[in-house]
Amino acid sequence: MSTAQTSVQVDASDSAKGIVIGLVAGLMFAAGLVFSGMTDPAKVIGFLNVAALFTDAVPGQWDASLAFVMGGAVIVTLIAYRQTKPNGEHSPALDANKPWFAQRFVLPTRQDIDWPLISGGAMFGVGWGLGGFCPGPALAAWTTNSDLVWFVPAMLAGMWVANRVKA
Amino acid sequence: MHPFLQAAIGGIVIGLASWLVLAAFGRVTGISGITTGALQPVASKSDSGQRGGLAALANWRFAFVVGLIVGGAWFTQVFAVSSAMPSRGPGLLILAGLLVGYGTVRGSGCTSGHGVCGLGRRSARSLIAVVVFMAAAMLTVTVTGFMAGGAA
Repeated sequence: MSTAQTSVQVDASDSAKGIVIGLVAGLMFAAGLVFSGMTDPAKVIGFLNVAALFTDAVPGQWDASLAFVMGGAVIVTLIAYRQTKPNGEHSPALDANKPWFAQRFVLPTRQDIDWPLISGGAMFGVGWGLGGFCPGPALAAWTTNSDLVWFVPAMLAGMWVANRVKA
Repeated sequence: MHPFLQAAIGGIVIGLASWLVLAAFGRVTGISGITTGALQPVASKSDSGQRGGLAALANWRFAFVVGLIVGGAWFTQVFAVSSAMPSRGPGLLILAGLLVGYGTVRGSGCTSGHGVCGLGRRSARSLIAVVVFMAAAMLTVTVTGFMAGGAA
């Protein structure tokens, strides 16, 4: 951390310490996903199956539990972002309030509701409903669920193409 | 343990991991963004000009993804989790994967970036995204449910 502060533009996020913290965060994220049931596509599809509340024409029952995953996570991040006060980019206040390894907070600043947001979200939703995996759980369950032998490479290819189109 | 409690505890751990990323790197924990970012420096040499090629994999995002994959395998053993879902055909899985990958990058986020972090930041843009992808996913499960036919 101290070395990063001497030269202004060097970011210590990818230093050895940063890499260890990144690894720890990934392990924690995986623990949460697995423990909560997000890596089980049956449970995810059970949560998305709200129609089962209203009709017998669809199989299965509604499983509310994944709402508690999002609820538990968002309670923590609401506190995190409130405590951290990462208020925009070039605020002078950020000198006193910096991340451990980076010069400043770099958080999304966009507030517009545009077509890619809506259409991309809709495409993601259809894929999520079909497969029962969103990106985090797909990676966390990659080695344990044989369906992901097909799903994950396709997902990475889709990300790569979308990134190409965007740039 | 009640499944709701188990889900909430898992969610809190996910939230804490996101807090750690915010405190350490000053970034949101969006899995779709981190995954594309992890592999980016390899293709584009390096934005800072120091590392290129495979050495560029020495970045916090790649470490996070490694932790996610290795941790997923490990904790599945530790918590003895098994899936009740029967295997699906490759065609459906490839289509689903392409849609998830393309859609999350096009829509600037997934369940973690727009959901866990976006809602935590109280971003209206993320709230809209969450409503859209949740609605699309629920509609998809409803349609496939009707096609499979009721019973139970």
